[in-house]
Amino acid sequence: MKMPVSALSILAAIGFATATAFSEPESDAEVAARKAALDLAGAFSNEGFKMRDGHWSGTIKPKEHALIAVNLYAGNQYWFSVGATEPAKKISVNVYDETGKLVQTEGYNEGDKAAAGFSPTSSGQYYILVDLVEGNESSVCLVYSYK
Amino acid sequence: MSRVRRFFGLGFLLACCAAIGAEPARLPADQMAKAFRSDSISIPTPGELFAALEKPGRPNWVGQMRGPVATSYKNRAQIALNLGSLIADGFIAVEAKDSQQVKNIGTDIIKMAKALGVSENVLSRGNSINEFAENDEWDALQEELEATQNEVKSSMQSHRDQDLVILVSVGGWIRGTQVVSAAVMQNYDERAAKVLRQPALVNFIQSKLNEVSPDVRDEPLIKEVSGQLPGIEKLVAFPAGKAPTPDDVKKVNEAVGKVMSQIQAKEAK
Repeated sequence: MKMPVSALSILAAIGFATATAFSEPESDAEVAARKAALDLAGAFSNEGFKMRDGHWSGTIKPKEHALIAVNLYAGNQYWFSVGATEPAKKISVNVYDETGKLVQTEGYNEGDKAAAGFSPTSSGQYYILVDLVEGNESSVCLVYSYK
Repeated sequence: MSRVRRFFGLGFLLACCAAIGAEPARLPADQMAKAFRSDSISIPTPGELFAALEKPGRPNWVGQMRGPVATSYKNRAQIALNLGSLIADGFIAVEAKDSQQVKNIGTDIIKMAKALGVSENVLSRGNSINEFAENDEWDALQEELEATQNEVKSSMQSHRDQDLVILVSVGGWIRGTQVVSAAVMQNYDERAAKVLRQPALVNFIQSKLNEVSPDVRDEPLIKEVSGQLPGIEKLVAFPAGKAPTPDDVKKVNEAVGKVMSQIQAKEAK
């Protein structure tokens, strides 16, 4: 029997240890995480995706998650890119719709970088779940691109 | 008999477990309520909205441009609301590929930003906007407009004008929604109409407006705008996946048009 591990762990803890507003000075680790996220998102720019100037950054502890609400438009395509710094070893990113249902996405994973892409069929609120799968407490940054 | 019942009971249990395992994980409602939300990532830019509107077919962007807007408001909250709407106008002019209009709007954005006392960094954006417009660099212009908006907000935060940040977003959203609903009314298409569904976004804007300081919240114009958001939230709460009818779109357009008129009225109440 395969239990919905993500659901259990979400119930266990949602980690919002810190979340920076854009005017607050960023730490070196946050800057590095942001650079990693931007590097990954840059790859989608080559396919005509425009990167949003806004971002979310924070720290995630092992077995914790960050959940970020975004508002998306039907018709657009989106990529959510996440970068982390050491000691993060593996991170994941998943998208949920406004009812909390997991959305099928295209995925990309490369250790401390991950991305999820999809085209919403309904406009409205979606949730981006960033998960530290392996490694210790790390700075993480989320940016997104659309076309 | 009891052995048969036990067999079927176990089979039923396993089937249920298999079904649970196959079910994609769901986020509990209380966790969704606690999700991180901020102006910088949870409120889409006018550029995102317009990109979605264009998918079924290119709208008449030139027809959506408006005449020059006043830039000499005295009330800081009203300036912030109008600054947001002006930035949305900049995105429209970029979509219309009208370089002169982009330059005019860029000049007005800087005028309003100066009136709010934002940093020199923002003012230098005006030169970049002009330069990109001269060279018809439309993608760069979109990025520059978004960067200008973020720099204005960042400068507001560092000058302890946090309350004005959400007003810039509100102005941009109202103007963007006015333009999109007008474009959909002109040439109705179900796919284009679907972009108007954003009840959670309006709800978030409302909650941010409730958090501003009493000084700002009690200003007549802000009270007017806040007072109309619950009605607008209902108007944009179409069922998921269902397109609003032409009549629904007209109602949205009238509601946001009314708010926009109040925002740009020379003498705000």
